[in-house]
Amino acid sequence: MCLGVPAKILETGGGAAVIELGGVRREISVMLLDDVSVGEWVIVHAGFAIEKLSEGEAEQTLALFREIAEAEGSRDS
Amino acid sequence: MNRNIKYIDDFRDPATARALVARIRRDAGDAPVRLMEVCGTHTVAIARCGIRPLLSGAVTMLSGPGCPVCVTPDGYIDAAIALGRERGALLASFGDMLRVPGKSSSLEKEKGTGLEVRVVYSPLDAVALAAGLPDREVVFLGVGFETTAPAIGGAIRTAASLCLKNFSVLASVRTIPEAMGVLASDPEVRIEGFLCPAHVSVVIGTDAYRPVAQRYGIPCVVAGFEPLDILMGISMLLRQKKEGVARVENEYSRVATSAGNRRAQDMIRDVFVPCDTGWRGIGVIPGSGLRIADRYAPFDAERKFGAPVVFAREGTACRCGDVLKGKILPVDCPLFGKACVPEEPYGPCMVSSEGSCAAYYKYGDL
Repeated sequence: MCLGVPAKILETGGGAAVIELGGVRREISVMLLDDVSVGEWVIVHAGFAIEKLSEGEAEQTLALFREIAEAEGSRDS
Repeated sequence: MNRNIKYIDDFRDPATARALVARIRRDAGDAPVRLMEVCGTHTVAIARCGIRPLLSGAVTMLSGPGCPVCVTPDGYIDAAIALGRERGALLASFGDMLRVPGKSSSLEKEKGTGLEVRVVYSPLDAVALAAGLPDREVVFLGVGFETTAPAIGGAIRTAASLCLKNFSVLASVRTIPEAMGVLASDPEVRIEGFLCPAHVSVVIGTDAYRPVAQRYGIPCVVAGFEPLDILMGISMLLRQKKEGVARVENEYSRVATSAGNRRAQDMIRDVFVPCDTGWRGIGVIPGSGLRIADRYAPFDAERKFGAPVVFAREGTACRCGDVLKGKILPVDCPLFGKACVPEEPYGPCMVSSEGSCAAYYKYGDL
């Protein structure tokens, strides 16, 4: 039930924003965020953006995954 | 590639998953490590991705009480049905709630015989419904944890700003760290690490688990819902155990922060106040509920209609309570797969798509 999906902000205005989810455009509330801009990624839950998604942090986590994959790969070989 | 799934696909890479499984197996000891995924969304993801069999012998994943539908007392369903039947209210609900059995019926069964129930995606949809039907009382069934509480609060504040007189919320809102404290102190459960919920943590902040880690000496890792997030979270828990430490770590740093979402917390503090509340199958947990604050009393369906939700302990063969506490696996319940199946659920853990029993049944994850 606490499912939240990442979505990109396409339009903003008046405490609301438009995102695309599964090919369908839908309006969500951004009242729980300080500010949000077109092009930013947010996590959407029950029609509300509950937080922004940090692309930098995501890349760091993915880089860590790559390191682990390489380390495990070299153990095997 | 569809840009909209950028942050999903990257976290599902099979080669990295194999590497993480190898790392987990190497770090695990002789006896399986008992970890609990607290959140129902994790339960479903673990079952769907087949993570449990991948780790068998190394890690035992216990499913926790983090499915709001599963822990909502049956008296809540009865109160909702009564509001519709006796007060003529139009009920607006998240879809998950419809098949949950109350004492004698469910919203879905009642809907078949004339009770008006509308499924909404957002609490704000229920506000719009009320605004469009000024002659009808609209009651939103506000069930959820800290993730959903700000959205329910946002709906109440929106209704207040619109001066709507025909909108109210039957609130059933619970908070997760208090429930984790109860499980952490239960000697029968014996949890060695908590995989903490992703989106509850986005709201409350990862620091909220520090009391659990410090008081009970149980490692806590906040992890996202994708397969690599979950495997990495498990791996981080095992590393803590190996080092003999118990702290809070955050795998889901792309969204969750140590302090959480302040605006969402302010919303919760404005609209709700903490209270003791009952968890289906577990009992009353002090300070684990959120009730609507007095200044928003006109939007509190319990007070508006004088319709209190009665919490009673259920006396049946259903062992959802033990499943929710991680004491038994779904297959250990005598009703599982026999008297209790998804088409004809007996207990709430078989009803909700996020319930442990439904996940075990659907994915055959035995």
